Amino acid sequence: MREFLWLVPALPLLGSVILMFGSAHLSVRTAAMIGVLSVGLAALIAFVISAGFVLDPPVGGVYQQTLWRWFHVGGFSVDVGLRLDPLSLLMMLVTSGVGFFIHLFATEFMEGEQGYGRFFAHLNLFVAAMLLLVLARNFLVLYAGWEGVGLCSYLLIGFWWGDPLNGLAARKAFIVTRIGDTAFLIGLLLIATRLGTLNIASAMTRAHETLHVASPMVTLIAFLLLGGAIGKSAQLPLHTWLPDAMAGPTPVSALIHAATMVTAGVYLIARTHVLFLLAPIAQFTVGIVGALTLLLAGFSALAQNDIKRVLAYSTMSQIGYMFVALGVGAWGAAMFHLMAHAFFKALLFLSAGAVTMRLHHEQDIFKMGGLWRRLPVAFWSFLIGSAALSALPLVTAGFYSKEAILSGAWADGTRGRVLWCAGVVGAFVTGVYIFRVVFIAFFGEEHTHVSGSYGWRVIVPLIVLSTLSLVGGFIQLPPAFGHITLLSDLLSTVLPAPLGATTVMPLLFASFASISGIVVAAALYWRPTHARADATPLWRFWHAAAGFDWLYDRFLVCPVLWAARIDRDDFIDKIYSGIVWVTRAGHFAVRRTQSGRVRLYAAGLALGSICLIAIAVLR
Amino acid sequence: MNSTFEISAIVAVLATVMTITRASAVHALLYLTVSLLAVALVFFVLGAPFAAALEVIIYAGAIMVLFVFVIMMLNIGDMAADLERAWLTPSMWIGPSFLAVLLAIELGVVVTAGGYGHRAGSVVDARAVGVALVGPYMLAVELASFLLLAGLVAAFHLGRSITRAD
Amino acid sequence: MATVPLDQGLLLAAILFTLGLVGVLARRNLLFILMSLEVMLNAAGVAFIVAGARWAAPGGQVMFILVLTLAATEVSVGLALILLMHRRIPTLDADAGDQLKG
Repeated sequence: MREFLWLVPALPLLGSVILMFGSAHLSVRTAAMIGVLSVGLAALIAFVISAGFVLDPPVGGVYQQTLWRWFHVGGFSVDVGLRLDPLSLLMMLVTSGVGFFIHLFATEFMEGEQGYGRFFAHLNLFVAAMLLLVLARNFLVLYAGWEGVGLCSYLLIGFWWGDPLNGLAARKAFIVTRIGDTAFLIGLLLIATRLGTLNIASAMTRAHETLHVASPMVTLIAFLLLGGAIGKSAQLPLHTWLPDAMAGPTPVSALIHAATMVTAGVYLIARTHVLFLLAPIAQFTVGIVGALTLLLAGFSALAQNDIKRVLAYSTMSQIGYMFVALGVGAWGAAMFHLMAHAFFKALLFLSAGAVTMRLHHEQDIFKMGGLWRRLPVAFWSFLIGSAALSALPLVTAGFYSKEAILSGAWADGTRGRVLWCAGVVGAFVTGVYIFRVVFIAFFGEEHTHVSGSYGWRVIVPLIVLSTLSLVGGFIQLPPAFGHITLLSDLLSTVLPAPLGATTVMPLLFASFASISGIVVAAALYWRPTHARADATPLWRFWHAAAGFDWLYDRFLVCPVLWAARIDRDDFIDKIYSGIVWVTRAGHFAVRRTQSGRVRLYAAGLALGSICLIAIAVLR
Repeated sequence: MNSTFEISAIVAVLATVMTITRASAVHALLYLTVSLLAVALVFFVLGAPFAAALEVIIYAGAIMVLFVFVIMMLNIGDMAADLERAWLTPSMWIGPSFLAVLLAIELGVVVTAGGYGHRAGSVVDARAVGVALVGPYMLAVELASFLLLAGLVAAFHLGRSITRAD
Repeated sequence: MATVPLDQGLLLAAILFTLGLVGVLARRNLLFILMSLEVMLNAAGVAFIVAGARWAAPGGQVMFILVLTLAATEVSVGLALILLMHRRIPTLDADAGDQLKG
């Protein structure tokens, strides 16, 4: 069964190609069938392969598949091959599984939209690129998937291209992530030249053998890879594209935030953890970046009125948690939280999408209100997702994964304690901002009249993802609650360090923080007396996410535009416009001779001949 | 020096001058024929009897007849001759004559500077020309046949277009 | 057969050629232009014959035959074009060609 591994990325790719070239001739129904079935089949195959992998592990815990040789130059060759180990297995399952449910949801969400086939073509390509990224055995193939993901995000964020703002958002996402991608590419080139291979596993082995701890080269490589991860995962300071990426349709947001794209950075760092272990400064930077991002994004989420923007900032915040985990060396905890986050963030986005579907795409939470009675399915899904996001103790997946991260940070000495504090504060803020949305949007008085019911294609994904958000955490329980270690056992062959620590104290603290966050939100917003709080400068500061956009605009965009403006008529341009002028003048001069008078032509011929003969004679 | 050559050369030049200055197309054509016949005589004097015969048969015969046909088809009357006189103002001749004189001087310089001496004095007959044609010049003959074919097709095509335009 | 200097034969060709050139440039009537072209071609033929006679080689006459072929073709196509033009715009004025478009 394992030899069918190549089908997992190939099937969505095939679906995408069919839809791209045939969407003009396919009916809406057929397009949806192709789009969903290709990902669904890929998810099924991925599941069967994974079951086989867990029950009957291959030798060494790794299954490799070489598809073809890409190129061979000198002693340097690049094979296109897939590598299945527990880490990529987890990512593959999350990407294909969650991706499938998002596809299913999208078939109903996008009904009646223009460009239905195009949408699913890009959605399929997105999943295919991400699967290629996580399954790649080679850095170059990984990079191909990496760029494919970036391209698809551009295509999908700008899906409703009729509004220029959406196009701008798509462009912003593409350009900002491109900054990180460039760093990543330079890092890859350094790996290729220093380590002599782009095969991930052998590069890691060689790095371990040849590079010294904290040597400048390995630190540089690690920082460059971190740059790529920061761009893709929307961390400080390359995070500004993510909130604007909400311009895309909601299933796209769900796909970007849960199954693909932003998790790529976390995966990359986990995949190359050997390099980060060799470069402690880089690893610590990962943690610092994560902590700063989770706090900044959490506070910014408090000041948003758009339901999707709240979720966008919460994604940045949660990815920040994963970075903290990576920074303290709790690799498994990061992957655990990645998985749990994929479940509840997809759930949150899909239920938010289900709400806006019935509100004519109204996303302002202050215009919702009292929806829990009207839209019970969406309400319960959103509530479960919120509980998981705010890490409601004991019953949600988010609690266990976040606990794993925080206890990992607690166990990492003084520096880890600082990160732990940030994480606890973040947990409190998370509870406040997400339940602020819950109370404002779903309780209180109704501001709009809603009606209609959902089809099974909306309800089934919501139910499945709700279930996963609740029970998904039970595969890994801390020692205090039964000590189940399914996930860490699985990942132990690829990622070092066991999950979680043993102390109960920090755990209690974190639980208290998240519960008190929910309580505070309830106290403030259960009966919202004031509609909006956009008057205070503090609110405006956090609404603009600490003004990073303004900062970049003022210090990067404006100077470049200014330089371009003053350089418009520089002397180099003069050379080119001079060439144009001479050409035009010559054209006007010579055009006169094209009079259509044959005898003039003949006279010209004669004159020319006379001159030539004169040269020959008088020479 | 050969008086036959000189006389026929003078006749050819004078007839050509008359050709290009006539107002009536038919008169010009007659002078042109005279010129061609004089040139044919020059050829004969120069020991090229075959070329002389071709000059008479094809140039003075076939090609001139073509001109006559076309003049008949165009049905040019006295009006055309009057128009021609109106066009032939003295100032029209200044530019072309200037160019032509320049060219003539240059050609004269080139021709007289050579000093290649007199002709060999023997006759190159039709037999020798025929042998050369199918010998070393075979490819040129083939090319000429292509050219004639192209001329035939073009003339046929243009002639058809005339009937369609009517 | 008396001898003729090469210079004189070539001079004849040159004079005929320049006369033809004058005709081409000075006349506006297409028929006359075509006749003058014939004169020029004939002059080229004369030059070939003279050169062939100087060295008693058949090549001169062969080239004359080729010139003759060219002249015949040119006249047939040229006259057909004149007829065509006369049907479209009833004039033989060469300068009327500047009204053509395309």
